[in-house]
Amino acid sequence: MASPAAPATRKETWKEKLRRSLRGEGGVVGQERWLGVLLILPALVLLTAFFLVPLVMVGWMSLHNWPLLGRPRFIGLRNYATMLTDTGFWHALWFSAKYTIVVTIAIFAVAFPLAFFVERPRPFVGFFRTAFFLPVVLGLGSASLLWVWLSNVDFGLFSPALMKLGLIDRPVSWLMQPTSAFISIIVMVVWKASGTSIVLLLTGLQAIPPELKEAASIDGARGWQRFRYITFPLIRRTFALALILSVTHSVLAFDQFYIITAGGPDNSMLSAVYWIMNTSFVSFKLGYGAALSIALLALLVLLSIVQLYLLRTKEGQ
Amino acid sequence: MAASRRSPFALDFAQQCLGFVIAALFLAPLAWTALSSLKPAAEAALPPLPPWPSRITYETYQSLDGFGSGLVTHTANSLFVALGTVGLSGVVSLLAGYGFSRFHFPLKNVIFVLIISTMMIPYQSLLTPLFLILSWIGLSNSLVGLVLVYATLQLPFSVFMMRNAFEAVPREIDEAARIDGCGGVRILTRIMFPLVAPGIITVSIFAFLASWNEFLAALILLTDNKLFTLPILVTAVRSGQFGTVDWGAVQAGVTLMMMPCLLLFLLLQRYYMRGLTAGAVK
Repeated sequence: MASPAAPATRKETWKEKLRRSLRGEGGVVGQERWLGVLLILPALVLLTAFFLVPLVMVGWMSLHNWPLLGRPRFIGLRNYATMLTDTGFWHALWFSAKYTIVVTIAIFAVAFPLAFFVERPRPFVGFFRTAFFLPVVLGLGSASLLWVWLSNVDFGLFSPALMKLGLIDRPVSWLMQPTSAFISIIVMVVWKASGTSIVLLLTGLQAIPPELKEAASIDGARGWQRFRYITFPLIRRTFALALILSVTHSVLAFDQFYIITAGGPDNSMLSAVYWIMNTSFVSFKLGYGAALSIALLALLVLLSIVQLYLLRTKEGQ
Repeated sequence: MAASRRSPFALDFAQQCLGFVIAALFLAPLAWTALSSLKPAAEAALPPLPPWPSRITYETYQSLDGFGSGLVTHTANSLFVALGTVGLSGVVSLLAGYGFSRFHFPLKNVIFVLIISTMMIPYQSLLTPLFLILSWIGLSNSLVGLVLVYATLQLPFSVFMMRNAFEAVPREIDEAARIDGCGGVRILTRIMFPLVAPGIITVSIFAFLASWNEFLAALILLTDNKLFTLPILVTAVRSGQFGTVDWGAVQAGVTLMMMPCLLLFLLLQRYYMRGLTAGAVK
């Protein structure tokens, strides 16, 4: 040891305890301790410069009138007051909420049956798992660009194909109407993102001991009862994880609305992030954009707390 | 009887067929765009029926090459950003994972939890200050700046994965090396590195996919056309920023962007799944 340990004859005082714990939990020579700090230093530097500093700054900027060029002016909480009456922002937030609810329900409606489907041993199960998952590894940007082409009324696939099949008699431009454009984007995201939920639910299902399921069916539990009382309680944790992943991604959705409909038609698809980006980088109201960012950030932290809560209660049971 | 609980053969068969139909629906858009991108330019501008080309050409790729500063430049931009992110976040998280797993220092656990908890904060809310910080340090509108941002965003996940990778290596191994007179750094490079390689592959795949595909930060932080990564370039092509929309070029762009992701996933599926389910089983 580099420094003398406390004499064994008397009890450690709290000061010595503190000093010892500050030195590390013992067993390692002083030089090695510095090596440990040195090893995590690059990570700390990056996270400080490009995460902590921006985090503090966004709070600081939100208290200013901060134009792109020119001197920022301190205005206290006035940005937040403006936010309360900014109907555009609340509409965007409401749109994001609506989108999140619809897309999450749609994803789980597809992912649950498919997770059960690929959990049972069957021929080509590996192929099925890969096929359902493959769109996940695409970027949301690529998927959106692909979709905007397929949905194009003249040069895409959907409208011309349905015409050829005789299911519609006039070309339909889904992206031009708010409702059909919304549905089109939901379908795209379900196609692109269900794989993640399928895999997570599958992991949960595979962790259920087979004896339990057998015992339940010997006891005469029917399909739904088995699901309700055996399967679901046991996969609640992975279900919560998949749910929260889907929710956080959807609340922050931007790419698909920007690429597929540019926020339209009639500005009906401006999501919260889209609105913030427009405020900051189109109108260049950086201070106000920062205040909106703080609101979004608070919402996401709240969701994370809900997540921790959902995952915690399961462990206690 | 066991047989009565099993689904009858006909039902099994129907399920199997339905499975193939759904799998085809999942794969169709990918196949459709890849096949259509090989059509002659005139054909690629028509509805993709049938999806296969009458003859295979690279005309859509040639027309995509005519946009912005050319395909080589923009592919190189995307590769630089993706590989830079893989390299930087890989090295930094390797070191940090080793540090957190094998060394004791003040506030170690607090710092670790803080790093992981940054995952709660959406980076979308930090783009405005990031934009200013990068311009202060002279890295606004630069691919290096984008690499620094992407690598940082990747760190919480990567550090978590790498610490787990090191924790899975028995301590007897480094103790034995230490007795043989190996120092901390040599243990890392000579002995630990091959043992944590699966972890490195996992974090590399995630870093590559995230940075190769990322859209919003690249859109905000890069203003110079020459520096556009592929997603930004193809979006500009699609929005008709360069004139009328060339759908053939969009198909080529989408194919070019998705191919590395699909290949990487199909080759290293095992390592990818390990990363995806790390949160589910922990």
